[in-house]
Amino acid sequence: MATLVSLDAWLKVWLYKSTFLLGFLTTLETAVFAVLLSLCLGLIFGLMSTSGRMLLQGIARVYVEFIQNTPLLLQICFLYYAMSFSGHSIGIITSGIISIGVYHGAYMAEVIRAGIQSIPRGQFEASYSQGFNYMGTMYYIILPQSIKIILPPMVNQVVNLIKNTSCLYIIGGSDLISITYSFVTGANTGGAHGPAYLVTGVLFFIICFPLSMLASTWENNLKKRERMTFTKAAAKPQEEA
Amino acid sequence: MLKDVNLHVKEGEKMVIVGPSGSGKSTTVRCMNYLEVPTSGKVIIDGEEMTVRNHTKLVRRTTSMVFQQFNLYPHLDVMHNLTLAPVKLHGVSVKEAEETARHYLEVVGLSDKAHVYPTTLSGGQQQRIAIARALCAKTKIILFDEPTSALDPETIQEVLDVMVKLAEESNITMVIVTHEMGFARQVADRIVFMEDGMIIEEGTPDHFFNHTENERVKKFLGKILRH
Repeated sequence: MATLVSLDAWLKVWLYKSTFLLGFLTTLETAVFAVLLSLCLGLIFGLMSTSGRMLLQGIARVYVEFIQNTPLLLQICFLYYAMSFSGHSIGIITSGIISIGVYHGAYMAEVIRAGIQSIPRGQFEASYSQGFNYMGTMYYIILPQSIKIILPPMVNQVVNLIKNTSCLYIIGGSDLISITYSFVTGANTGGAHGPAYLVTGVLFFIICFPLSMLASTWENNLKKRERMTFTKAAAKPQEEA
Repeated sequence: MLKDVNLHVKEGEKMVIVGPSGSGKSTTVRCMNYLEVPTSGKVIIDGEEMTVRNHTKLVRRTTSMVFQQFNLYPHLDVMHNLTLAPVKLHGVSVKEAEETARHYLEVVGLSDKAHVYPTTLSGGQQQRIAIARALCAKTKIILFDEPTSALDPETIQEVLDVMVKLAEESNITMVIVTHEMGFARQVADRIVFMEDGMIIEEGTPDHFFNHTENERVKKFLGKILRH
């Protein structure tokens, strides 16, 4: 804690600000691509698990359960080291993007599945009875309705994903966490633990906090709207039947 | 669920299916558009047998459905509820689809509701919109699955009036599951009575209401017509 009030330590961090910035950019870059990957995977596997086809549902289930029940660190190490030692090195950033994307893709898939399943059966039936196929039903009728249910937990997943980029550290990445660690243990720069980790924390907070706020605002709006429809329905009980 | 149900519906025919709940009436009409997949037996429309492969296109071309719970799309306004399938599935231009939609809104008496959202409408109004939506697809067949059962008694009549008008003025084949006996008597060319997944009586309204020999049907009518 002593370093927290040491002007010297703060100065050291200030002098190396471009290093921190570089780490921050690496983290952002990894996060952006991993988010894109996880959204694609989430959509594909989410749709698979609500398709009603046994085989597709089975594949989606295996993916989700396997990924959710093993540690992300293990998945990153597996991808990076196992690939490297078998002669197919794919680089630290790429390994990170793939494993973090695949990991959060499983959670995204569950979020999307839950969103789709929250839409009443009658909406699917109306759509099928008009002659829409499964994809058309999803695109025109189900997803537009479930998007507001899906968005808040999805943004929470994005926040988790950004924080989980810190796992790159285990394979020697150049992300914010790894950079900070090298900084505080470096021969020339060592010692400024307090300020360094504080700055790193603030940088993460700047990105994650607005996203979390966005998610909870959406969620509250949704609840408010639900209450309104509920009151409306309660006022006309005859329409329920 | 269904046992040995053999039904031929002629083009333009208005067929009403009645019977106690759990008798398989809904299952029967839901088999006609593949919402319920028959485990055995055939559904043939226009000479074409419905299969896993062709059902989406066959249903799109030949049948529409009106549900007990209306099932309008809550995220779209009335106009888009009516034009979605014609534009996306039937290749109709937006302009033409909207003209058709306005025409059928007039038919169901809700021309002023084109740009409101379904949840702001009463049950009766929603069901009339649902009927207009079925009409917009311009299919030969419309299936009605207990269209007035979820309605508050005051609005049942406005929906029945629309259906009577359709039955009398159009050549659309209508298969209607209902408990409204007065309506059945008025519009049906043929009434089918089901129980336990079987058809146990069928005939013209006159035969069904006045001359049936079937004890079960007599008992059912006795109960339902007394009040």
